[in-house]
Amino acid sequence: MGVDIKSIPYGDFNDNETLEELRKSGSSVLVTALDSIINWGRSNSVWPLTFATSCCGIEMMATGAPRHDFARFGIEVYRASPRQADVIVVAGTIVRKMAPVLKRLYDQMPDPKYVIAMGACAVSGGPFYYNSYSVVRGVDQVIPVDVYIPGCPPRPEALLYGVMQLQRKIKMQSLLKREGPPSESPEIDTSTEDKSRYVQPIENQDTTDTELCKPNN
Amino acid sequence: MQAEQLTSLVASWAPDQKPGISKQYPEFILPVDKVHSVAKSLKESPETKMDYLFCLTAVDRKDGFHVVYHLTSSEYHHCAVLRIILPDKANPVAPTVSDVWRTAEYFEREVFDLFGIRFENHPDMRRLFLEDDWVGYPLRKDYKDSFTLER
Repeated sequence: MGVDIKSIPYGDFNDNETLEELRKSGSSVLVTALDSIINWGRSNSVWPLTFATSCCGIEMMATGAPRHDFARFGIEVYRASPRQADVIVVAGTIVRKMAPVLKRLYDQMPDPKYVIAMGACAVSGGPFYYNSYSVVRGVDQVIPVDVYIPGCPPRPEALLYGVMQLQRKIKMQSLLKREGPPSESPEIDTSTEDKSRYVQPIENQDTTDTELCKPNN
Repeated sequence: MQAEQLTSLVASWAPDQKPGISKQYPEFILPVDKVHSVAKSLKESPETKMDYLFCLTAVDRKDGFHVVYHLTSSEYHHCAVLRIILPDKANPVAPTVSDVWRTAEYFEREVFDLFGIRFENHPDMRRLFLEDDWVGYPLRKDYKDSFTLER
């Protein structure tokens, strides 16, 4: 029971950096037989939550519809309740008013749970990165993300590819180490990372210059 | 109704109206205190029957906030645009038209939410989209907060 997925012909599932990185990071090199069975079951029955906030949702629906039909890959019927869902596909723009709702939905999902950030808005804020007073710059500021799918919106094939990446990730999980391989990689130097997308907490907001704009009633 | 007829009709209700800049629709810049009566006349007059306010929005310009009303008639399918200019940017107040067209109730709440223009005699002047404790009006040109990245 390997982690290669046959329908991708390029062989990159057997030979790519992610898999090497997963193997290198230890812990799940020897996936036990029990793990294999559990992960096989989990990865081939991923139930997504019905959650879409903009045009990516249309692509997500198209992916679920007969033409692309992601049930072929074991990501199955959309659940209307987070308590029955395994994965939340964040398909669309998340604004600051939506962020607490999204967090609550994520918290209501039973473990093990996964997050796919679909589309430019969910990955980084996308076209609303600059000059927007309301759009959260990346859903990873609210909930932890497993797979990022770029695109505006991504094609259904891209979502299928992302789902298969998630299945590979699930297949590398281990019972002994709940979260699978460690998410931090010590080699990566984060000092050049763009910190500007991380939001200041709202209570630190400087109110002096906006005092004038308060509603006067 | 042709634009010339409409212009003369509006001019008879509000003699100090000025023609607007719109190429698409006949547009009238009205004094602030006239907009309600002209709106009511446009709706109730049998020649115009402007029964549908399809857009009410605001623009932050140098000479003040403009409130723009887009009207159409579901019977005659002609359109008109009304515009008022509120020069007092610190405390912009406009008369409501929500008693003429019910849909203006939400439009005006949206404009209040994003521009801070208060509409007098509006039945429920609250924010529509943003949280009630939001500070400032985001679509104003001078809006600043610690969240937005400028570019």
